[in-house]
Amino acid sequence: MSTENLIETKDLSVGFPVGGKIFNKSVLKAVNDVSLSIPRGSFFGVVGESGSGKTTFGRALLNAAPITGGSAHYEDGDVSYDLGKLTGSELKEYRRRAQLIFQDPYAALSPRMTVRDIIAEPLEVVGLCNSREEVDERVREIANLCRLNLEHLRRFPHAFSGGQRQRISIARALVSKPRFVVADESVAALDVSIQADILNLLKSLQDEMGLTYLFISHDLSVVAHTCDHVAVMYLGQIMESAPTRQLFRSPRHPYTKALFSAIPSLDPDDHGKAQKLEGEIPSPTNRPTGCQFHTRCPFAIDLCKREEPRMETCEAEHSVTCHRWRELQLAD
Amino acid sequence: MSLIDVENLTLQFKTDEGLITAVDNVSFSIAPGEVMGLVGESGSGKSVTAKSLMKLNPGNAVYAPESRITLHLDNGPVDVMSLKRPRDMEVVRGGSVSMIFQEPMASFAPAMTIGSQMVEQLLIHTDMSKKQARELSIEMLDRVGISDASTRFGQYAFEMSGGMRQRAMIAMALSTKPKLLIADEPTTALDVTIQAQVIDLMKDLVTDFGMGIIFITHDLGVVAQTADKVAVMYLGKMIEQGPVREVIRNPYHPYTQGLIDALPQLDDLDKPLMPVPGDIPSPLERPEGCVFHTRCGKIIGDVCRTVAPGWSDTGENHRTACHLCHEGQSA
Repeated sequence: MSTENLIETKDLSVGFPVGGKIFNKSVLKAVNDVSLSIPRGSFFGVVGESGSGKTTFGRALLNAAPITGGSAHYEDGDVSYDLGKLTGSELKEYRRRAQLIFQDPYAALSPRMTVRDIIAEPLEVVGLCNSREEVDERVREIANLCRLNLEHLRRFPHAFSGGQRQRISIARALVSKPRFVVADESVAALDVSIQADILNLLKSLQDEMGLTYLFISHDLSVVAHTCDHVAVMYLGQIMESAPTRQLFRSPRHPYTKALFSAIPSLDPDDHGKAQKLEGEIPSPTNRPTGCQFHTRCPFAIDLCKREEPRMETCEAEHSVTCHRWRELQLAD
Repeated sequence: MSLIDVENLTLQFKTDEGLITAVDNVSFSIAPGEVMGLVGESGSGKSVTAKSLMKLNPGNAVYAPESRITLHLDNGPVDVMSLKRPRDMEVVRGGSVSMIFQEPMASFAPAMTIGSQMVEQLLIHTDMSKKQARELSIEMLDRVGISDASTRFGQYAFEMSGGMRQRAMIAMALSTKPKLLIADEPTTALDVTIQAQVIDLMKDLVTDFGMGIIFITHDLGVVAQTADKVAVMYLGKMIEQGPVREVIRNPYHPYTQGLIDALPQLDDLDKPLMPVPGDIPSPLERPEGCVFHTRCGKIIGDVCRTVAPGWSDTGENHRTACHLCHEGQSA
């Protein structure tokens, strides 16, 4: 794998067994043959509707969902892990290096622990510090970076607002000095006025600590503003992947285009002239044949129903999974 | 003539820590066929305000004596505040005012079919027979774009997807032909693609049914696409209201400006995101003077800290409660 990438996946699949009985057992493929490279130091966005498999993908990269097919590799300096085969001390070290920031800061913090204990817990679990003083020192350091008052450390989470809680949650994720952070809908539960603050904080922490983010979101406008590279997921597959600006300037996949046109415009007189998507995302237990998107695609032809498209590179770093990307003119 | 007039609505909650002011002297009115967007952060009192219109707030809510809510129905005005018994409330609750909630999963009873819930309310509020109620319900489900409505009628909420549940919720709320519809964050829990579908549906329904709508949301983009006029709330106070184009293009209050600047916009990716500094204060520690002064970047001295600003005209039908208006300077 290339040395520029922190994480590389090749045909990564995550499946869950469904149906209890022996004879009607089947596998629900939440993530289906995903090949992506996450460059070191990037702010890598994954967008999609609920049920698109974006969260499961993030979890698979954290070794928190079973990898059932393909492979995922983590490579950073002198360490290199095959994420499908981590055990024992390697897994422990990977847990330190890869962390998760949750969506709902109201549910993610134990109401019975003080903020100091919440932030210190990863250090104790991984066994990173030798003495209590060392732990305290580290907790104060990270709290400072996340703009929490030292005053706050003695309090319990109920005393904090959503934005402050999310900062605590970020401090906990970063206290073990990870290299890779999965932020799963980390601003979705916050008000707009606070959301911008948390996004700016994530950015500045990236510069200071040299982090690589996998930023999972359903909100394209947030992704557009924070990420360098965006992958669009639909039913467990990557539909399009490109550097952010390029994706927004010239989307190649009809699904990407449809996602853009669904964003409500701030201009009351702009009612989104582009096409709107009909229907809903199909269930992954009952996948469409051929292209996964053909049931909702306004440009679907017979070929799309029959044959599954392969991911093709259309420009440098820009790849798309669509039979008709060459002929469709989607950019306006 | 307006459909509903709310005057000086003030509401406090009695709690162990003391009285918490949730709504502070709020006045507005809505005409038939008009959509009002009610915008604010969590904790700004927008849901509580809307629930007051049906007196749906919990038992520890105390309405100030000068609060007035008047609903103008075909057979004369109804003073909502004076309604005491649940029987009297039926005129308002579900009858002339309906509500759509944010979480469609949590607002359908899990052990009853969608259909039986729709029929139940029709039997209470209208003098339809069971058969008529069933027919109307299926027709409404069809109207909101649920395919195979008669099968869906017999299903439970958990058998439907999020978008479909919200459609069913809308069908249910509209089947009694309410005069006023309160939609409390109806699209927040939905995906953008489904949100766009629901917004289109609601716009169609307003034209068809001609009812007034209060659309509660924290998303200014959704407001811009749906509302005729906007009211912005902060800490229980209404701080700016006016026609949607006015408020979104020429926001006057520093808070409204902050909300708009904080919104990531697709047409300018280089524009840095500007958060509104600070956090919403705890309702127990309501700031003196202007409630926004603790986070305001345009504070003009002690007057902001001590005196609560009154309304000033800042355009046609556009009012703002900010001391900057009196200074004669544009904010």
